[in-house]
Amino acid sequence: MPGPSAFDEMTNADGSVREPYRVLEQWLKEQKPQALGLMAADAEGIFRRLGITFAVYGSNEGTEKLIPFDIIPRIISAIEWRKLSKGIEQRVRALNAFLHDIYHRQEILKAGRVPEKLILNNSAFCPEMMGLDPARGIYSHIIGVDLVRVSPDEWYVLEDNLRTPSGVSYMLEDREAMLQLAPDLFQRTKVAPVETYPENLRRTLESVAPRGASGSPTLAVLTPGIYNSAYFEHSFLADQMGAELCEGQDLFVENGKVYMRTTTGPRRVDVIYRRIDDDYLDPLTFKPDSMLGVPGLFDAYRAGNVTLVNAPGTGIADDKAVYTYVPEIIEFYLGEKALLSNVPTYNCTKPDERAYVLEHIAELVVKEVHGSGGYGMLVGPTSTREQHELFRNKIIERPDNYIVQPTLALSTCPTYVDAGIAPRHVDLRPYVLVGDQIRITPGGLTRVALKEGSLVVNSSQGGGTKDTWVLED
Amino acid sequence: MLGRTAQNLFWLSRYIERAENMARLLEVGYRMSLTSQREGGASEHLVSMLRAAEVDEDFERKHEVADVANVSQFMLFDETNPSSVRSCLLAARTNARSVRTALTSDMWESLNSAWLEFASIDPRETTGSRLVELLRWVRTVSHRYRGALLSTFLRDDGYAFSQIGNFVERADNTARILDMKYYVLLPRTDLIGGDVDIQQWTLILRAASAHRSYRHVYHDRFKAWNIADYLILRPEMPRSLIFSIGWINRTLDMLEEIYGGKGAGHAAAAEVTAMLEGNSMDRIFAYGLHDFLTEFISKNNQITEAIAESYNFY
Repeated sequence: MPGPSAFDEMTNADGSVREPYRVLEQWLKEQKPQALGLMAADAEGIFRRLGITFAVYGSNEGTEKLIPFDIIPRIISAIEWRKLSKGIEQRVRALNAFLHDIYHRQEILKAGRVPEKLILNNSAFCPEMMGLDPARGIYSHIIGVDLVRVSPDEWYVLEDNLRTPSGVSYMLEDREAMLQLAPDLFQRTKVAPVETYPENLRRTLESVAPRGASGSPTLAVLTPGIYNSAYFEHSFLADQMGAELCEGQDLFVENGKVYMRTTTGPRRVDVIYRRIDDDYLDPLTFKPDSMLGVPGLFDAYRAGNVTLVNAPGTGIADDKAVYTYVPEIIEFYLGEKALLSNVPTYNCTKPDERAYVLEHIAELVVKEVHGSGGYGMLVGPTSTREQHELFRNKIIERPDNYIVQPTLALSTCPTYVDAGIAPRHVDLRPYVLVGDQIRITPGGLTRVALKEGSLVVNSSQGGGTKDTWVLED
Repeated sequence: MLGRTAQNLFWLSRYIERAENMARLLEVGYRMSLTSQREGGASEHLVSMLRAAEVDEDFERKHEVADVANVSQFMLFDETNPSSVRSCLLAARTNARSVRTALTSDMWESLNSAWLEFASIDPRETTGSRLVELLRWVRTVSHRYRGALLSTFLRDDGYAFSQIGNFVERADNTARILDMKYYVLLPRTDLIGGDVDIQQWTLILRAASAHRSYRHVYHDRFKAWNIADYLILRPEMPRSLIFSIGWINRTLDMLEEIYGGKGAGHAAAAEVTAMLEGNSMDRIFAYGLHDFLTEFISKNNQITEAIAESYNFY
């Protein structure tokens, strides 16, 4: 179990408090015993009233749930953040260059740096995108990079999310809630704002409007509708940046141009921030039975009359199997060493690595290549023998369907739980916007595994969130 | 504004107004039944209430006896009854979720917390005084929403669609409440104008929260003639038909100004207006109150169709 030996971001092994947490520690000491309990109850009230919910697939108790919010913020120093954000920026630059290359000349495949088979036979590869030139050459405009920390100086990238990363509304609402709950805490220290995100998102979308769009392009957020698990976020973002929130039925294509149906007739749409998966975007190009998409949308996109954010086919760059090549990808396009490390990953198609994995499965983490949300994964140290056996067989059956990594001792942060304040494991998802420039919101979404010892932070598996502070110098 | 957004705002307001009026209707039906129960607990007042809400057939398919317990369960909690308070509040919230971005947070919060509260109520515990209390609560839900709308909503097209929905529904419901009196017409004509009859008319006034303001306007005993006049032709009475159509007309004018042109809604509303303006209770009673109200409800419905057509509801 990594629990006791994990790096705690607030308290050193000798009991002293790390610099970024000094103010928080003092503040916590001053709180009366019941105060935190009341704060936690207030927080729940705030979130429920605002209707910040997510849907859990397969849950019987109604479709809407609250993601638990932890009232103790996670804190990152200015120096730590500068280092991190440089690494993130490097990574998203390289991944966008990779996408451009994959959908044009495929130099990296020709050079043999990434196996051709891995890309061209991959279900995330989108042949329809070949030769298409998106505005400014950007494919993934909105990116979430999942990071974990294992020591004061070691961060690892767990995965890149280049399709339609979610969760940014929680980052914003967590800050809002924290400001309401503990205004005095903010007065004692300088926290970098996250509230600029919607404005920056708007700027990013405007900057990739098609040529010929007016000076203030019409933006739309395309949602699958109110029953989607992230619907709250879709409506929240549309509202915050002043874009129209559309469902597929609200849009139509005529003469290669996209319009929305308004009370006064059709209105041209320039940029679509779509929160619908590639497959469902356009029944004429992708899944023919999609009711969510807009027939003809892809043709309009291909003709350069509308920008899709993110572009279809970006999944080829965040595929878990491609992930292992990212350091290679950074070197190939930027001629630089990767600033952020990947988690060492075993490739089960290689016999010697597979043999190691099968033998040591109880210590390892196994993930499905196309899985997400913590489903279909095995955390060896916290699983039963039967589960180990089950995954051994799965790997033998389809070695290419799994990646395997060592169980990382994820850092912990102080968290308010029933028993009081206790360390719980966390990860971090910073949000990156790529348009006329790269904008990274300081901090991001911290997810916390509320169960003692648990390493699974996904909201669908009992995870919560924390407000994340980047301190200013 | 998206046509779908306009549509959602329109229906959102309608559902909230309907929830309020269903609660008002049920309250009247319940009070009437207290004094006129037949053996077995069934009450013709409750039946006529169901008829006024046009859910009597649905009710009969599910229940044998129209007693307080069955009728109140059906009108409050039944998911299969599209006019039950539950259905209205859920539909309102679902519409609101679809147009979250078009609502102010005060409007959204009022709807969201209303639904969460309602969903936590145990239907088995809503009898007697608890029932009356719950019906009052439904009214305050509507008032909270409307209060939030009036004090926080931008005066643009979204506001206009909300208001039209609100008053189309209110006109419809007031007409139905009045029409309920038609269904409870006493079997023996000598009682018309008698004590029981007056009591029933009074309850109809109560359903419109108008039994006290009536005195200020008429300085008279409760008389059927006045009460019908009050709920149909009095422009100062905020639940009257003429008051509602006045709002609809003004709001349509507002839309005309925003969009720079009249839609089909204007013509439809003009027909309804013509039924009321310059009309008198003499003529309405001579025509037949029930026939008048039936025609009104149908013409009022056409406003919805005309608006849906002009502003791309789909």
